[in-house]
Amino acid sequence: MAETVTFKNMALAKAINESLRRALDADPKVLVMGEDVGKLGGVFRVTDGLQKDFGESRVVDTPLAESGIVGTAIGLALRGYRPVVEIQFDGFVFPAYDQIVTQLAKMHARSLGKVKMPVVVRIPYGGGIGAVEHHSESPESLFAHVAGLKVVSPSNASDAYWMMQQAIQSDDPVIFFEPKRRYWDKGDVNTEAIPGPLHKAQVVREGTDLTLVAYGPMVKLCQEVANAAAEEGRSLEVVDLRSISPLDFDAIQASVEKTRRLVVVHEAPVFFGSGAEIAARITERCFYHLEAPVLRVGGYHAPYPPARLEDEYLPGLDRVLDAVDRSLAY
Amino acid sequence: MTVESTAARKPRRSAGTRKSPSTKPELVQLLTPEGKRVKNAEYDKYVADITPEELRGLYRDMVLTRRFDAEATSLQRQGELGLWASLLGQEAAQIGSGRALRDDDYVFPTYREHGVAWCRGVDPTNLLGMFRGVNNGGWDPNGNNFHLYTIVIGSQTLHATGYAMGVAKDGADSAVIAYFGDGASSQGDVAESFTFSAVYNAPVVFFCQNNQWAISEPTERQTRVPLYQRAQGFGFPGVRVDGNDVLASLAVTKWALERARGGEGPTLVEAYTYRMGAHTTSDDPSKYRADEEREAWEAKDPILRLRRYLEASNHADEGFFAELETESEALGKRVREAVRAMPDPDRFAIFEHAYADGHALVDEERAGFAAYQASFADGEGA
Ligand SMILES: Cc1ncc(C[n+]2csc(CCOP(=O)(O)OP(=O)(O)O)c2C)c(N)n1
Repeated sequence: MAETVTFKNMALAKAINESLRRALDADPKVLVMGEDVGKLGGVFRVTDGLQKDFGESRVVDTPLAESGIVGTAIGLALRGYRPVVEIQFDGFVFPAYDQIVTQLAKMHARSLGKVKMPVVVRIPYGGGIGAVEHHSESPESLFAHVAGLKVVSPSNASDAYWMMQQAIQSDDPVIFFEPKRRYWDKGDVNTEAIPGPLHKAQVVREGTDLTLVAYGPMVKLCQEVANAAAEEGRSLEVVDLRSISPLDFDAIQASVEKTRRLVVVHEAPVFFGSGAEIAARITERCFYHLEAPVLRVGGYHAPYPPARLEDEYLPGLDRVLDAVDRSLAY
Repeated sequence: MTVESTAARKPRRSAGTRKSPSTKPELVQLLTPEGKRVKNAEYDKYVADITPEELRGLYRDMVLTRRFDAEATSLQRQGELGLWASLLGQEAAQIGSGRALRDDDYVFPTYREHGVAWCRGVDPTNLLGMFRGVNNGGWDPNGNNFHLYTIVIGSQTLHATGYAMGVAKDGADSAVIAYFGDGASSQGDVAESFTFSAVYNAPVVFFCQNNQWAISEPTERQTRVPLYQRAQGFGFPGVRVDGNDVLASLAVTKWALERARGGEGPTLVEAYTYRMGAHTTSDDPSKYRADEEREAWEAKDPILRLRRYLEASNHADEGFFAELETESEALGKRVREAVRAMPDPDRFAIFEHAYADGHALVDEERAGFAAYQASFADGEGA
């Protein structure tokens, strides 16, 4: 008998919406909280319709106070709830940074494991949408640097759907970075077949000449780069990390042992970014396999620029191809 | 059975379903929506000597500010601006408070204070750079004592407080004014600015424009007491003024500024007003509020109200209004042309001003960027 497979084609934002709906439905302890998440359905409509169907006590419009949002989510978690909170934009998480870093991240350790912190902090992040300042930043390494937090970022609708389920089920706090410029990209979501674990990277394109590692908004770009490189006869492998902390070094190592070259691509500034950690560890693990130093492509050590300059600031096709050329030239 | 115990057993009502606070707060008003001048024992003296010319000036400020705002909104629609935060409906609160200021006072705005900027003499086209995406500021804050727009909600209230602490340390008699919204009143930073300003007796006026909404959330989602009453708990006075009444906004702000100058410390002014348009051009208010609400507020329009008063008191004639109309059109045209002519920033602006002192990494990245750009130029030439 043929298996029934439920594929639905939907945008990434809609996939998160459906995922939240499923979690709210399945577990009365799950709450959705944040500024404008109720009637408006969030400024990106990710929570559209949830308050209508689950009511104001499950889908909670909060006061305009990020420290308050995360701080009260911690309290709710202490009381047995599983809050999924929304920070409206990347640049507005900092009023909550204290609560996340000094409290949320450390509660499990301080209680000797007695207290679980199943809190998900959703943050639409990254640039490329022509926004004003504080609306385009990529602060993931600031969170990955903090022990006690999981930091993840889906790159497609299917992962967005399932990683959100997994994040909500996790007893650890998860900082869930949503690539806002991919919100409207559609993909197939199989709402039955659960994909691999939250922290596993995925090879999204096989190749033999060089490995491109990315996550979130840059995965699609790296796939485009691989297509462009293929026209020049080069075979690039693309690894979607999915999780930034923990980071699946085994998957990168396996790929690099095959291709012998690695370029890491992220929107965040290169300096002290996640690429630095990847470069260092892969150099340790694959020293004798590497034909070239690990190269990184990302933002500059400068404030995120005004919209008219973001194309210069953000990694684009040409800049990644340039790094590919440099790596292959060794 | 006591009332309390019954209440305790009932399932708690969600706070979100309750209506506005029941206490009806005092609202300082000097001009009714019909344009009638009403007496106010406390605040009349702050506008007692106002001349017909000054009244016409306030009217002109509001009309031109609205014209500028409308132009910016349509420029956004035409793709010339990435975003616009309209002040439509809040002209009286901004012009009234803005015209109460002295040149040596210092202003800390949010991202919607186009009318206050106008009063400070900031060229309105400078306000558009950030919304067009060519810069993240666009003017020298010290040029007009008007700080850059602040987008992170509430942050600037602490800057204003610190600045005011500095003014007091210097023994100067200028005052500082911080603008913020009703939503911002929920932020920790705003509470901390109240604390600091109170304990250091800082010469700062907190000017909260309660325009009833923080994007989709009504004021009741931020507070259970009228906002101006917050001040009391921090140890300084708060007052609610009709924010659609330019005369009252002027008078109350003058009073608060005089307190600051006289060493009496901070004041909270809550200007009770309404955001007539969307939160920004990316917002769709039909998702969360009824049209009737806007219609009710339209009857309290700040500009219409002053016009009625000017006409009834023979302080302005047809010629004045006609001339202003021409001036208004000219402003619109100037703004439109200036925006269209606004050049994209130089690519290397990315690296400019990241530091005041040099920084080796920035220098290295700038050089790498230059070499990369040059490689294209070679390619194109070949
Ligand atoms: C710290 C922070 N959180 C969230 C936002 C997103 N945001 C921008 S404006 C706004 C509502 C502000 O409402 P209010 O303070 O009442 O001012 P208004 O826009 O109504 O003038 C929100 C939530 C932000 N800019 N900063």
